Amino acid sequence: MAAVPDRVHLQLSVNGEPAPVSFSSYKTLLEVLREDLDLTGTKHGCELGECGACTVLVDGEPVLSCLVLALECEGKRIETIEGLARGAELHPLQAAFTDLGGSQCGYCTPGVIMAAKALLDRNPNASREEIKEATAGNLCRCTGYLQITEAVERAAAELREERRK
Amino acid sequence: MKKTRLEVVGKARRRVDGRAKVTGHLKFADDLSAPRMLHCKLLRSPHPHALVESIDTSKAEKHPGVHLVLTKKDFPVPFGIMPVSIDEFPLTDHARHVGDPVAAVIAVDEQTADEALRLIQIRFSPLRTISDPEDALKNPDPRIHDYGEQGNIHRNQSYEFGDVDEALAKADHVFEDLFFYQGNTHLPMEEQATLALVDGDGKLLVQSSTQNPHYLHRQLARVLQLSAAKVRVIATPNGGGFGGKCDPANHEMVVAKAALVLGRPVKIGLTREEVFYQHRGRHPVLMKMRTGVTRDGKLTGMHLQTLLDGGGYGSHGPASTFYTGVLTPVTYELPRFKFEACRTFTNKPACGPKRGHGTPQPRFGQEVQLDKIAEKLGKDPAELRLGMINKPNSLTANWLRIGSIGLEQCIREVVARSKWKDRFRKQPEGKGLGLACSSYMCGAGLPIYWNKLPHSGVQLLVDRSGQVTVYCGATEIGQGSDDVLASIVAEVLGIDTDMIRCVTGDTGITPVDLGSYSSRVTIMMGNAAMEAAEKVRLQLAEAAAEQLEVIPTELLFSNGKVVHAGSSKSMSFLEAIQFAESKFGTLGSVGSYAPPKPPGKYKGAGVGPSPAYSFSACVVEAEVDPKTGWIHVPKIWIAHDIGRTINPVLAQGQVIGSVYMGLSEALMEEQAFRRLPEKLSQALVHKMPSMLEYKSLTSLDMPDVDVALIEQSEEMRDPNCPFGAKEVGQGPLLPVMPALANAIYDAVGVRIDEIPVTPDKVLRALELKNSGKNPRVGPEHFPSVPYPEPVFVATPQEGGDGKETKKEEKKRAAAAVV
Amino acid sequence: MLRLPWFDHRAPRTVAEAAKILAGEGPAAMLIAGGTDLLPNMKRKHQTPKVLVSLKGISALRNVNGTFGSGMTLSELVKSERTPTALRQAAAQVATPLLRNMATLGGNLCLDTRCTYYNQNYEWREAIGFCLKKDGQTCWVATASKRCVAVSSTDTAPALIALNAEVILSGVDGERSIPVENLYKNDGIDYLSRKPDEVLTAVKIPSGWKSTYWKLRRRGSFDFPILGVGAAIRFSGDVIDEIRIALGAAASRPFLVERINDKVKGKKLTDDVIAEISSQVASRAKPMDNTDMDLYWRKEVADDFAGYALRELRGDDMRAERQRFARFLP
Repeated sequence: MAAVPDRVHLQLSVNGEPAPVSFSSYKTLLEVLREDLDLTGTKHGCELGECGACTVLVDGEPVLSCLVLALECEGKRIETIEGLARGAELHPLQAAFTDLGGSQCGYCTPGVIMAAKALLDRNPNASREEIKEATAGNLCRCTGYLQITEAVERAAAELREERRK
Repeated sequence: MKKTRLEVVGKARRRVDGRAKVTGHLKFADDLSAPRMLHCKLLRSPHPHALVESIDTSKAEKHPGVHLVLTKKDFPVPFGIMPVSIDEFPLTDHARHVGDPVAAVIAVDEQTADEALRLIQIRFSPLRTISDPEDALKNPDPRIHDYGEQGNIHRNQSYEFGDVDEALAKADHVFEDLFFYQGNTHLPMEEQATLALVDGDGKLLVQSSTQNPHYLHRQLARVLQLSAAKVRVIATPNGGGFGGKCDPANHEMVVAKAALVLGRPVKIGLTREEVFYQHRGRHPVLMKMRTGVTRDGKLTGMHLQTLLDGGGYGSHGPASTFYTGVLTPVTYELPRFKFEACRTFTNKPACGPKRGHGTPQPRFGQEVQLDKIAEKLGKDPAELRLGMINKPNSLTANWLRIGSIGLEQCIREVVARSKWKDRFRKQPEGKGLGLACSSYMCGAGLPIYWNKLPHSGVQLLVDRSGQVTVYCGATEIGQGSDDVLASIVAEVLGIDTDMIRCVTGDTGITPVDLGSYSSRVTIMMGNAAMEAAEKVRLQLAEAAAEQLEVIPTELLFSNGKVVHAGSSKSMSFLEAIQFAESKFGTLGSVGSYAPPKPPGKYKGAGVGPSPAYSFSACVVEAEVDPKTGWIHVPKIWIAHDIGRTINPVLAQGQVIGSVYMGLSEALMEEQAFRRLPEKLSQALVHKMPSMLEYKSLTSLDMPDVDVALIEQSEEMRDPNCPFGAKEVGQGPLLPVMPALANAIYDAVGVRIDEIPVTPDKVLRALELKNSGKNPRVGPEHFPSVPYPEPVFVATPQEGGDGKETKKEEKKRAAAAVV
Repeated sequence: MLRLPWFDHRAPRTVAEAAKILAGEGPAAMLIAGGTDLLPNMKRKHQTPKVLVSLKGISALRNVNGTFGSGMTLSELVKSERTPTALRQAAAQVATPLLRNMATLGGNLCLDTRCTYYNQNYEWREAIGFCLKKDGQTCWVATASKRCVAVSSTDTAPALIALNAEVILSGVDGERSIPVENLYKNDGIDYLSRKPDEVLTAVKIPSGWKSTYWKLRRRGSFDFPILGVGAAIRFSGDVIDEIRIALGAAASRPFLVERINDKVKGKKLTDDVIAEISSQVASRAKPMDNTDMDLYWRKEVADDFAGYALRELRGDDMRAERQRFARFLP
């Protein structure tokens, strides 16, 4: 229970790989991912938990990385947009977002895709209403959301098809 | 030879920059870093209006980790987007609003810079706060700026096209209404960021989330007193713009200066609250609209007065002021038009261009007023509008040339799809439909600073590898401009978009394009791209024809091949390039575009002309709870005259996104300010500079939207547009707000003559209705504004020549027509 | 980017250890669980603890044993089959799904009171003049008020008050159990009766109540309540045996609306009775002009909202109203 030093060294697990990292102790997971691990795919729009742009998965749950203390993340399983594609091939969510207009400027996209991924991992048969609800914490100013919902629906159908095979 | 069917244009495709956006690869400005990079924070004024008496930065400079502190004295040269409003300093000693930057700290990290800001000691000498336009009109002193018309009036203007008093006197009915449209902001998801550094070649490189790298380039050179040739601006992909990243901004100037002084990369990222202070959003506008109509539903004339709350700086204000009127005559036949507009300075963040720039406000007023007119005349609002649509290829009273018009089809489409005829005024209490229309420009006819240069340039590089690289200064702000660029080149050359590489928004290596504003990119960049691609196609055709021993003009470029129409002779696109490169040497071409000269010749005729205009019609369905005034919108139908769709996925996205933003403004968005009682405080603060309290619709609040893209046939297509394609990024926003207000009236019989339309206003209007009073909530009076004597211009229909007519000639001109 | 200031961080493993740290550090220390309330407040510098005492490592706070551990996240509460209806509906309507994955039951109950003059950045508060709740002398909402009128914005508390629940508080001197309504004081600054060294460890909820929670807010997600109505009822046959209605976001504390039960016990929940109760409930809502939406309107609609809650308890199908007002399907 000693006082925390100004710099913290710890081992994170990011996108399935161990990620040893050293950072200033006041930093949130968002800052450590972007500034100390160079994973700038995770965005930020307010840093106060009011927009959803910084959504990542921690132990499979979508959370706001701007409100997670990085020093509480030791041993946690962290997933970001950079780890989603299957090698060179896009994840069905990524493909659907870009093919169906779910992504315009692309700034909210990583966050909303991660929120949608958590939903489909848990519930591959998510209804339109459940998709809207699961993405209701991610503001988007470009799309008007409808094409986001359609993209998640299409990805869900593709993932179900994959599972059947 | 011309292809009979388009192969790329009109087909749904993955956008060329799509992959980077969904994988996290796309680098926005704040994602950039550089070795030895330092970080900048700005100290902002806590006073709405104050002079900096003294500033002591010594403690901040000594704070460990601080490299540089900058203040006004480091920036002797001002800047501004418009040549008539060069009124901003990167750091000021005259704070014009809470949040106006007065000093900057550059330090080893943001945390340290933030700590050091608090060590800067400033003595402010507060000045009286000017809080709104009425305040500004009443109090010419203290002046917020020492330029402008007079006192705190920034712009004041008056135009009269034909004798409007006479037109109103001859009308069967004259409708007079007051409307108010509250200000709101863009709220892009990306907070602005900039990285500046001195590059290996010794030149300044500024990478920034800007919509307009070209204008930023010019203003940086001005402020830093550098040759523009020594400055390179790269517009990073914008995480949403909507007009908010059009102005050159203080923070961009400051980090550029710091990078030059320190010789190290310097980055700044604004916080969300700072984005609210940068603003440049929708002007709050008070409007008075007097409109004459005949009993069979034709407009005889309109007298429109507007009063704009401009905030603390000029920004695009001179243009915004014009736009609160000049596009009003584009939608319907309006034989005579008088337009007076006044923009005041106030001690708030500066207003500027937001999606629709100045036109949503009068459009809201006119479309709500037309709903009232239709009711009074006993006409269906759709029929009333169908009877007054402007004619294609005509000139408006204020000398704007309109080309193609698809508005009739738009109206018929939304009327049919929404089952308007069966439902309007026929649904039970609490359920309503409202209709509204609009028009918008496809690019401003004149550039922001006066010149005779092209508005857009495109350069094409084609080489033996088969690659086609397109260079253009246009900026990808999410709207899909890179995809439009690739599509047009691909269509002309008969290849897929994935064969094309787009290099855009880089003043160091791309030809000038004025930027992503005024819905200009598809038309202007598109025409330039078409010219460049056609030039290269000619070269390829000549070389290929020589090999195939056919006539070049008989060759078709299709599906990655160069095919002779009359025989089965063909070669691959790659082969054609290789033959052409050996025949002509290195291949390449350029294209450029400048809009046609505007027909109006009077001073001020430069704002409003456009190569083409788009049109939209919208029906909103609303449910209103009569007990609480709560508003629920289940569905919206919209039809947009797009001329020709380049990529339907993106076009639909622009339309739905416009409907979303329009509805969000209509229902809840407000850039509102808090003024405490004057005896307690001179404070004037943004009420809610946060994503939580500045309300915008969420996925759960968004209704279904039924989109119809209305295209013109090949014969009818607008000749000024590439493949006939018009804008789609702004126009579809415009009819949503009035359609909502009209739907509320249909549902519960109350008029909300101001935006936003909120449940408390509806409930107040319902209470008025229930107590037998006028069931209307909206502005009650229009202050006395010292508008100038109008510039009188005879209309084209009344034999005008497009020039101002001297006062004494006014009567003679009118008499001659009679 | 908005960042946290420097802080020290402690990670006790037991409640006793946490209480001891709190007792030792005094007011410089604050508890942190989900962090969704405290961390934004720290970034804006209106809560400025030097030491964060994290409850995340205390597994006992997640143990249930017939109670609801304060460390349960709101998402876990929504998913749990044990969660009574009003609490589930309240938890499901807090903020956003992402925040509910982080935010805890204990955190929502101890949520800092909110005010449009307080939940602002340091520079904003400096610009308007610091307020009574933080760094200043004047309440800008009611300049004559000696008391801070920041509004209680917890959704779970009115639900739990209606359900007649109790909270367990554990400090260096031991453990105590108090009714949820007694956790709160009607003071925007000193709004909790929790002692500085106490940890809210669990909530005990009696069974047998039919309950509901209605939340008024502008949008379908993100927003704090501008009115919360928690209601619970026990019927005897088809007449009211006992009814409890609590209001949130109507004062600096969530509170039970008193003396309703005496008036309606033994009556059927007819339209008239619903109207009688609703108007009594609405008369107790004394909102101040320090939240979203127009103050007058918020007062006007309180009675309609109480009515919706009661009709749902009666068994009316209120899904259309839920969808229209709250974009929420229970």
